[in-house]
Amino acid sequence: MSVIEEFYDIAVIGAGHAGCEAALAGARLGLSVILFTVSVDSIALMPCNPNIGGTSKGHLVREIDALGGEMGKNIDKTFIQSKMLNKSKGPAVHSLRAQADKSEYSRSMRRVLENTDNLTIKQAEVSELMVEDGICRGVKTVSGAVYHSKAVVLCTGVYLNARCIYGDVSTYTGPNGLQAATHLTDSLKKCGIEMFRFKTGTPARIDRRSIDFSKMEEQKGDDRVVPFSFSTDPETVQIDQVSCWLTYTNEKTHEIIRENLDRSPLYSGMIHGTGPRYCPSIEDKVVKFADKNRHQVFLEPEGLYTNEMYVGGMSSSLPEDVQDAMYHSVAGLEHAKIVRNAYAIEYDCINPVQLSATLEFKKIKGLFSGGQFNGSSGYEEAAAQGLIAGINAAMEIQGREPLILDRSEAYIGVLIDDLVTKETHEPYRMMTSRAEYRLLLRQDNADLRLRKYGYQVGLINEEQYQAILKKKKQIEQEIERVEHTFVGMSEEVQKLLKDKNSTPLNSGSSLAELIRRPELDYAALAPIDPDRPQLPFDVQEQVSINIKYAGYIRRQLKQVEQFRKMESKKIPEDLDYDQVGSLRIEAVQKLKEYRPLNIGQASRISGVSPADISVLLVYLESRQKKGTGI
Amino acid sequence: MAEFQEDTIAAVATAMAPSGIGIVRISGQDAFAVADRIYRGKKEKKLKEQKANTIHYGWIEENGQTLDEVLVMLMKAPHSYTGEDTVEIDCHGGILAVRRVLEAVCRNGARPAEPGEFTKRAFLNGRIDMSQAEAVMDIISAKNEYALKSSLNQLKGSIRQVIEDIRKKLIYEIARIESALDDPEHMSLDGYGEELSPVVKEQKQKIERLLEKSDQGKLMQEGIKTVIVGKPNAGKSSLLNLLAGEEKAIVTDIAGTTRDVVEETVNIQGITLRILDTAGIRESSDQVEKIGIERAKEHAMDADLILYVADSSVPLDENDREILRMISRKKAIILLNKSDLEPVLESKELEKYANAPILSISAKEREGLEELEARIREMFFQGDISFNDEIYITNARQKKALEDARKSLEYVENSIENQMPEDFYSIDLMGAYEALGTILGENLGEDLVNEIFSKFCTGK
Repeated sequence: MSVIEEFYDIAVIGAGHAGCEAALAGARLGLSVILFTVSVDSIALMPCNPNIGGTSKGHLVREIDALGGEMGKNIDKTFIQSKMLNKSKGPAVHSLRAQADKSEYSRSMRRVLENTDNLTIKQAEVSELMVEDGICRGVKTVSGAVYHSKAVVLCTGVYLNARCIYGDVSTYTGPNGLQAATHLTDSLKKCGIEMFRFKTGTPARIDRRSIDFSKMEEQKGDDRVVPFSFSTDPETVQIDQVSCWLTYTNEKTHEIIRENLDRSPLYSGMIHGTGPRYCPSIEDKVVKFADKNRHQVFLEPEGLYTNEMYVGGMSSSLPEDVQDAMYHSVAGLEHAKIVRNAYAIEYDCINPVQLSATLEFKKIKGLFSGGQFNGSSGYEEAAAQGLIAGINAAMEIQGREPLILDRSEAYIGVLIDDLVTKETHEPYRMMTSRAEYRLLLRQDNADLRLRKYGYQVGLINEEQYQAILKKKKQIEQEIERVEHTFVGMSEEVQKLLKDKNSTPLNSGSSLAELIRRPELDYAALAPIDPDRPQLPFDVQEQVSINIKYAGYIRRQLKQVEQFRKMESKKIPEDLDYDQVGSLRIEAVQKLKEYRPLNIGQASRISGVSPADISVLLVYLESRQKKGTGI
Repeated sequence: MAEFQEDTIAAVATAMAPSGIGIVRISGQDAFAVADRIYRGKKEKKLKEQKANTIHYGWIEENGQTLDEVLVMLMKAPHSYTGEDTVEIDCHGGILAVRRVLEAVCRNGARPAEPGEFTKRAFLNGRIDMSQAEAVMDIISAKNEYALKSSLNQLKGSIRQVIEDIRKKLIYEIARIESALDDPEHMSLDGYGEELSPVVKEQKQKIERLLEKSDQGKLMQEGIKTVIVGKPNAGKSSLLNLLAGEEKAIVTDIAGTTRDVVEETVNIQGITLRILDTAGIRESSDQVEKIGIERAKEHAMDADLILYVADSSVPLDENDREILRMISRKKAIILLNKSDLEPVLESKELEKYANAPILSISAKEREGLEELEARIREMFFQGDISFNDEIYITNARQKKALEDARKSLEYVENSIENQMPEDFYSIDLMGAYEALGTILGENLGEDLVNEIFSKFCTGK
């Protein structure tokens, strides 16, 4: 029997948010890429919530964009509402979130993929990894076709042995009834890869014509929309936006749920996978927070050309009739027609501690992975990992240094470091509180932080890079000027302060000191700053933030300095921890399992104590001085 | 490797003996600068300007208060034990002065050394032979184990409780802020600063009280751990009352009255004893008493000094012999109590079983106390008994952690006062939470994420 046999540089398995970024990165870096999907129509599908971004996830999208990824550009082209969240809070937690037109988002991404050189899209189910001597050499599909490649990037999302469940109904399919991938798990296990089984869920979709919006509060987008991508012209995103709607569950809803809990597959033991605590089903909320007499429900449009509305806050796996009663008890949904039922989905994923920070498997060279397959959740988390996995697959093939972002540089760094060093027991979601240096990792400065890496890798062009260098210089110069420009107690100054409800001056002050007052900022002082140069808005914004929060930023920078010292101390890859005397047994086991790249990473592994770190430092030093091990 | 050694560290370099002299050692690039901040010599010249390998006479002062009269020895890198700039301060004023000087040093730019850290630095700077690497690693890991154990064991239960309470309050507030930041459409923080302000103030006050206690040495259980053992009704509690000078333990004629451990800190001519009165040791079927007896045995095993009270009015029995076996490997003094009653048990009898000194006392008539005190002093000065001096450095570390926590809470207060956005509060609240965690030997881990998900209903 003859089979198809083809050769590529990189094979990407799965065309969701991770797979798309991985494939685009590889192809744009000049490598031949084949992208497998079980259905070409489901490229960049958004099977759950119809939005991109949100708290901390917005940061991820900005970072993806700064590095040369696609997600930010794609949502800028296809959003139908946009909001900057947390605007009343500090700049570190401002987060962009946009409602997407789901099918447009998917179509637009497909168009980009289809028009990228070096990129081949293939509809087929990959069933086997070809691994020899710890090196991944390609994949086989169910039909027996062989695709040789120098690297493989697994981005299978929630499709591996997927099973959708509501009530006592369960189907072995991926989201929306799409075909699940049922063969690959066995092949992965044969390669010695440890698998987890996770669970997540999605709420019902309701026909907009059956909703009584008069009983709900309208949620509009921002008047002035800020784009996600640093390359999008802000003027092009000032569109007519659609609204979301807010309503609430009530005691009756909760009663219906409580009465039918025994019919929930989550409580009857039918579901075995571990679900995310941050994304609880409505039945979970009612049980865990029994004292709350109502929960918020957001009705979000799924797109401009559909009547389907997503019922945010009410995911469920209760039986169909209970869902019906439950949704109908909510104000405004009394006569709602359910287009798609809510359901829970179980799927296979990996224990991500098997990966190194490059997202390559420690034990299988040339095998990379990203997205929900790595135990994360969310479109943005997936895209971020896909991008890094794709870049590093390319770097390896091209014999170049891998791209590893650390915790002080990017949310992406925090995300990957958490995945590969912490024990994950539930799908991992990004949160701003996970970033210990978040004052530095703002969404407004992602370009200043990361463009240089995008440029080094080759996804950011010379012109874009020069632009960022210029921006940096302008910011520095302006901060310097404002710190050293003084104003006296002139009538003009005192009047401006009075108008802004600020205390008048008793003596001269630098402009910077005034900016630091809570009620003032850089823009407010323009009238008393005649020498102010004409600067772009984003430069002014950086100047204002950097001056206003200088004290806090300085403190975090100091912490980062400490952190970097630990990160810079590398641990040799071949270190035999059994040979290091005096390490506690638990530490040896953990260090062997995680194989940290550096002392900093080692210190974050639970079960490794500060004393173990000291011992390790002494060992490394003696080893280095002797040239070999002790 | 130099990048890991930029901190300047300090610790007590001598055993905490009562000899009167104790050495506080400072090592690191700022060693001279740190010493200069608190040292006043006869001449104006700074230590930094003095030659290496010289000794100087002067005083340690802080905030206008003289802490001790000292000799200061200066060593410059690489000619010191650690291979770094090193200052050794010889304190003359006894244990208390050594502790105060160490704490002053830690307030002025040095941090308390981690267990084994001087040795580690000596090694990393090539002052210890490479062939000793394994030994160095052993020392570090053993010292750490010991320090961790001692710091947790010696932290008083009530203090631990206070710290845990503060942390619980802090993590709740952090989780509240973070939940709202994560889910701004579900949770509002309007007016939150005003709510948080009194909470922070209260926690700060609690920390300040802990700091006062640490100044008085009350955070940790210090002193020679002295355990009183004996059969029921042998007069153990009477002995404790006698030593403590007041009625602390219940004294009755009913055997088995002391069912739990009664503790008292007593100063005998400058030597601090932490005396534990334990349940009488005998075969018992009473569950509660049994637990008391078990505890008594555990404390005895862990004691620096055992005072075995034998009742001279009754003959030796199996219970006594068990106790004698127990104390045979420990430093002990045997007290033949009830010398006021007709003696049945003679010291000769006891000598067959033990080689510990035997004194005759009457706790009831307050006889023999002076002899006992003299004996304890003698044993201490001969170095027969000593105690865990790790406690002083532990105390300094804990104090530093408390000070760090207080500082973080001050930052929070500032942020509230300056109307900073709420996300700034949680950064420093977290700083305080982490600092307090180091006292309990706890890592941050997933505390916050767990708190958010268990206390606040967020998510789509």
